[in-house]
Formats: sequence, structure tokens, C-alpha cells
Amino acid sequence: MMKGKNIFDSIEKIQNNIIDNKEEIERLDQQIGDGDHIFNILRGLEEISKLRESLIGEPIDKVFKQLGMKIMTTVGGSSGALFATLLIGMAKNYNSQSTDQENIAKMFYEGVEAMKKRGKSGSGEKTMLDVLIPVSEILCECKNEKNSKIVADKVKKVAEKSMLSTKDMLATKGRASFLGERSKGHIDPGARSSQLAIDAVCNQFIN
Amino acid sequence: MKKFVNNIDNILTESLSGFGKAHTDIIKINHAPDFIARANKSSKPKVSLISGGGSGHEPLHGGFVGYGMLDAACPGQVFSAPTPDQMEAAANEVHNEKGILFIVKNYSGDIMNFEMGADMIEHDHATIIVNDDVAVEDSTFTTGRRGVAGTMIVEKTVGSLAETGANLEECKNFGDHVNKMTGSMGVAFTSCTVPAAGKPTFDIAPNEMEFGVGIHGEPGRRREKIKSANELSKEIIETILDDIKPNKGEKVLMHVNGFGGTPLMELYLLFECGQKLLNEKNINVSRSIVGNYTTSLDMAGGSFTITKLDENIVEHWDSAVYTAALRWKM
Repeated sequence: MMKGKNIFDSIEKIQNNIIDNKEEIERLDQQIGDGDHIFNILRGLEEISKLRESLIGEPIDKVFKQLGMKIMTTVGGSSGALFATLLIGMAKNYNSQSTDQENIAKMFYEGVEAMKKRGKSGSGEKTMLDVLIPVSEILCECKNEKNSKIVADKVKKVAEKSMLSTKDMLATKGRASFLGERSKGHIDPGARSSQLAIDAVCNQFIN
Repeated sequence: MKKFVNNIDNILTESLSGFGKAHTDIIKINHAPDFIARANKSSKPKVSLISGGGSGHEPLHGGFVGYGMLDAACPGQVFSAPTPDQMEAAANEVHNEKGILFIVKNYSGDIMNFEMGADMIEHDHATIIVNDDVAVEDSTFTTGRRGVAGTMIVEKTVGSLAETGANLEECKNFGDHVNKMTGSMGVAFTSCTVPAAGKPTFDIAPNEMEFGVGIHGEPGRRREKIKSANELSKEIIETILDDIKPNKGEKVLMHVNGFGGTPLMELYLLFECGQKLLNEKNINVSRSIVGNYTTSLDMAGGSFTITKLDENIVEHWDSAVYTAALRWKM
């Protein structure tokens, strides 16, 4: 069964992957945003890492809820509101009777639905949702797959493909939308940071 | 990057502390969660106005907390929306029997965080969304227009109405009305440098300007070669007039706003250009304000804001105000 320790191990991997690609995210955000995304993400990851000791033995739903609250109160900006909504949405949909695969699929699906509502956004608007929605869909498809390595491999590929697809999209939500046509030709920084996070989690199962 | 810094992680906290100590008669600062509130709560019940947004636009919004304007302001990190717990804490501190009115600039992050903050409070509340930037096309399918320098005019006039004891709905409707009467557009000569990034947000050649720029160094309508002040004023003012469509002879308020890196001398020159243009078009500039009110850190450039005036707007623009950045008749 999934435990608090697994979540915090994943956070550590996510943090490393984001730090390794810090300059790229910053550059993407300077091209079509305002350059604050990477600092917000790194501040959020640093803050939630500090909760490791106090939450490592707690039930999954409590861990996700506390992570969401921490992000909500320390990150700010769109990414803070959206990632907090994702994690709190996930926390609300944990079922201790379900298998890990079922839980991950259901929790992630509901978390992403809550984000869509909060951001009044969906697919094709050149945002992090362009990665998170396809990932949620593939997780639902794979909820009965017992081999976590196979699932991780599929999710990793979907996330990467979706992230790249934001390059040719026209931004209609968020600050990049003010650019209109000029937003085309750049990968969305939120899509890239989301994909890097998912990639880091998947790699734990693949390697 | 050359900036006054001790430790890059503490610049906001230190700046906020200094701001509080410089204006002890007007405001007080609450840290963690951060908000700026009036030093003394109004003795009469009133609608409490709370605004906020990313830092880096000073004096917006903290500089407008005080009699006749805001009751509290929530500053986020540089260019990042504040967090919902700030709005919750500010609302609980300043509510004064007649509800909370949030004034929010139209950016996705601000809208979402203010919504989450509003969900956390028990008092009656309403929200005014300011979207005065005519450089961005308005559309229901997109985030739409940005809130820029016109925000100060909304905060001043609605703040004045709230002091009269008007109720939440009246204040909200008046704010929406002032917003609708207002259009803004700006131009930048340089980028700005977010302190944590340490380098300018965008590159721009010495002979280029960013036309229709936002207040976060985010690119605008287009990049072009620098023109004379008369030429660029003409283009900006005509775009604004196309949007707000004043009648011949109509009275307006004209605000020339600096982005932080342009001297007042040039801003007044810009006012001269704008005044002449409006005069030629038989539009009556009956109120005016020039200065750095909605800034974008150290960006060079400025914007025009024009508000069509009716009797109500004039009355609430002229009324007494006592804040760190705007003071008259007191």
C-alpha cells in the first residue's frame, strides 16, 4: 500500500528534476509569461519537503490535504492555486478499501477535475492542464493494470507528448493569452514543469 | 543587477516592514499572513474594501490603504498573486458590519486566489474585477483584458463611496461602472528585472519599444521602433477612445502613469501630448493625475488612462483621501 514515505520520496525526485531543468522553465516563462513560475514552484517544493518528518506516518488523504494547504498558503500565483486545488481534490477522493492503482486513478482524476473548475479551463488552452488531463485519462485506462512499470512507462510517454503539443497551441488562458498569436512556438512553462514532475514520479517505477 | 538588497529571500518582508514604519499614522502591517490594514478602523460601519496582487507595482495597492480608499491590501510575491489565507486574515481583521468588497485585477492567478480566499470567509462579500487595458482584445473565450493603471481610479472612487455608508451592492455596482468607463494602454522602453531572477524579463533593443505592454514586463501588442512622444500618444489615445467612446465635449479624467523607470519630467511631457490631442478632439480633460502609481518594478515607460466622468465619479474622485500615496483635502 501507498504510504506517506512514498509520497515524500516522490517529492524529493520531483524537486531534483525541477532543479535540473530550472533554467529551461525560467526561459520558457520569460518568453510567454513573466518569469515567476520557477520561483513559485521551487518555493512550494521546498516548503512541502519540510513536512516530511511530521507527516510521514500519517494516512495518505491527510498527507495530500496538508501538502495542498501548504502550497495554497506559500506559493501564490496561478500555479499555487491550481496545484493546491489538485492536491486537496486528491485528498478528498482517497478510499482506504481500494487498491493503489484504483486510488491513484480516481484521486488524480478528481483532482484534475477540480483544477479545471478552479481555472475555468480545459484542454487545448496551452496550460498545465494540457499535460494533466491526458495523464489523468491514461491513469484511468490503466487502473486495472497490476504491473506498475508498464503504467509508469505509458504515463511518462503521454506526459511528454502532451507537453510538446503545447508548443503550437495558441494561449487563451493565463498571462500568455495576452500575447495572442505571439504565444505560438513556445512550450508552456506550466506544462513543462508538470511533465517534469510526472516524469520524476514515473522514473521511480521504471528504474 | 544593481538593487538595494540584503538577502534576496527577505526583500518583501523588509520592504513591508519599512513601509509600515514610514506611515505609522495611516497603516499597520501584519506578517505571515502578510497584509496591510488601516492603522485605525473606521468608527462607523462601512463596506470594507480589500485589494491585492503581486508585489512590484508599488504604490499599488498598499499605498492606497487609508481613509477614502482601501481598508486592506494583500501583497503577493513579486508579480505573483497573494495566497487565499492572506485575504481570509485581512477580511477577518477589517470587516466592519457591511461586508467585504474585493477589488481584483483581471489575472488568472489573482482571480483564483481571491476566489479561494472568499470561499474561506463568512462575511457577505462581492468582487469587482478591473480590466481596463485596451491593448488586449476582450473575449469571453480567453482570460480577457488585464487590469492595469485604471485600478487606482476604481479604488479611489469606490473607496469614497464606501465612506458614505453605501451598501455592498451599491459599492460593487459603482466599481463595475467606473471600470467600464475606464480605458488604459501603455508602452515600455525597457524590460524590468524581477529581483529573484536577477536579469531583465525580456530583451529589447535600444531603439525599440513594446507597444501595449502589461505591468509585469509581459510583452504587449507588438514590438516596434521608437516613435516621437506625439506619435505614440496619438496611437495610444486613439485606441483608448475607440474603446470607451466619449461624446464630443464630454468630461474625462486623464491619468499618465509611470512604470517606475521613467522620470516625472517625461511623464508630464506625455501629459502635454495627451492633453493637446484630447483638446483637438473636443474632449474636456477636467481632472488629471500624473505620477508613478501602478509600476512594473524598474521598467521604463508609461501609460495613459482615461475615465469618462459623470457627476458621481467626479464627486468620489474629488472627495477627501488620506493614504500613503494619494492624499488630498485632509
